[in-house]
Amino acid sequence: MEWTTLFDIALGAILINNFILAQFLGICPFMGVSKKMDTAVGMGFAVIFVMGLASALCYPVNLLLNNLGLKYMQTVAFILVIAALVQFVEMFLKKAIPTLYQALGVYLPLITTNCAVLGVVLLNVQNGYNFIESVVYGITGGAGFLLAIVLFASIRERLEFADPPKAFKGFPIALVTAGLMALCFMGFQGLKIPW
Amino acid sequence: MNIGKQLKEGLVTQNPVLVQLLGMCSTLAITTTISNGIGMGVSVTIILTLSNIFISLLRKFIPEQVRIACYIVVIAGFVTMVDLLLQAFFPDIAESLGVFIPLIVVNCIILARAESFASKSKPLPAAIDGICQGLGYTMVLLVMSAIRELLGAGTFNGARVFPAEYAANMLALPVGGFLTLGCLIALMQYIQRKVKGGK
Repeated sequence: MEWTTLFDIALGAILINNFILAQFLGICPFMGVSKKMDTAVGMGFAVIFVMGLASALCYPVNLLLNNLGLKYMQTVAFILVIAALVQFVEMFLKKAIPTLYQALGVYLPLITTNCAVLGVVLLNVQNGYNFIESVVYGITGGAGFLLAIVLFASIRERLEFADPPKAFKGFPIALVTAGLMALCFMGFQGLKIPW
Repeated sequence: MNIGKQLKEGLVTQNPVLVQLLGMCSTLAITTTISNGIGMGVSVTIILTLSNIFISLLRKFIPEQVRIACYIVVIAGFVTMVDLLLQAFFPDIAESLGVFIPLIVVNCIILARAESFASKSKPLPAAIDGICQGLGYTMVLLVMSAIRELLGAGTFNGARVFPAEYAANMLALPVGGFLTLGCLIALMQYIQRKVKGGK
């Protein structure tokens, strides 16, 4: 295992191909829970956790499906694994770490329908990553989500006091803001590692 | 039975994207060309209609506690079918939509309609609801992809309208998706306020 490959994947997932701002995965929670800073941070960490675990779990599931010749069942199998995983994580956290469970609140079950999670699993298969690469991609993809949602939440807290045209109030101005952020993140496209 | 009312709700007053703000990911990601927009819109309409009918038929058998999981399995089944059909008959569209076809499973529009409409009504109204909501979604995709393709690449459904060097390339990039959708929703809010003010 070369460290440089892993670093490449991590850098790509966090900055160059950020899940939200470049690949449009996970827009719903990005828009939905970015009104307050602390909920945004909670959601971000929950997503990192679930994305990492889902990448790790779906890797053997994918191998199994391939061996059985059931490759076309991928989508169904993955979404079931993710739904079960989220349920399980919820139960585990409730018993073991109640404070974290309280902090994450309703965001945990919502992660099931977060397309970033299913997206990262499908992209792992598409890119042919091995186990370690998959897990690294999952965790760093979640970290990219956290970065984007924290930046966005801090802008949106300021936006409350701004005075946009009436028609743009609320959601539209948030979308335009996200667009400008995507423009900034495009600056990372030129980032290449010289080796 | 009120087809006209459901159609109006799907297209305008309860438009899934512009008013209910559902299904953002696919709306933003794939609306770079008109053919992509049509492909995605039609796929979602078909899946939405079928899953609405199916869930409405099963509404008396699905236990309350595990209903979300059941809905997801039904939806995932239909998505897999559409995915395979697209790969077989329209390989170009399947290629350019890529990972977003399997991601229809987690498109909030379908789950939201299953939860809020199909699970409470008979199969026929559920089917009509699926078609109307799907049409509303397709319409938004078409408008967005037409704007982005025309201004971003200077073409209309592949036919060149003006030379590529005059096109604002930015609109075809992720930025353009956010900006176009933001402006469309703003327009919708503007019209809604005008209509309300007139009454």
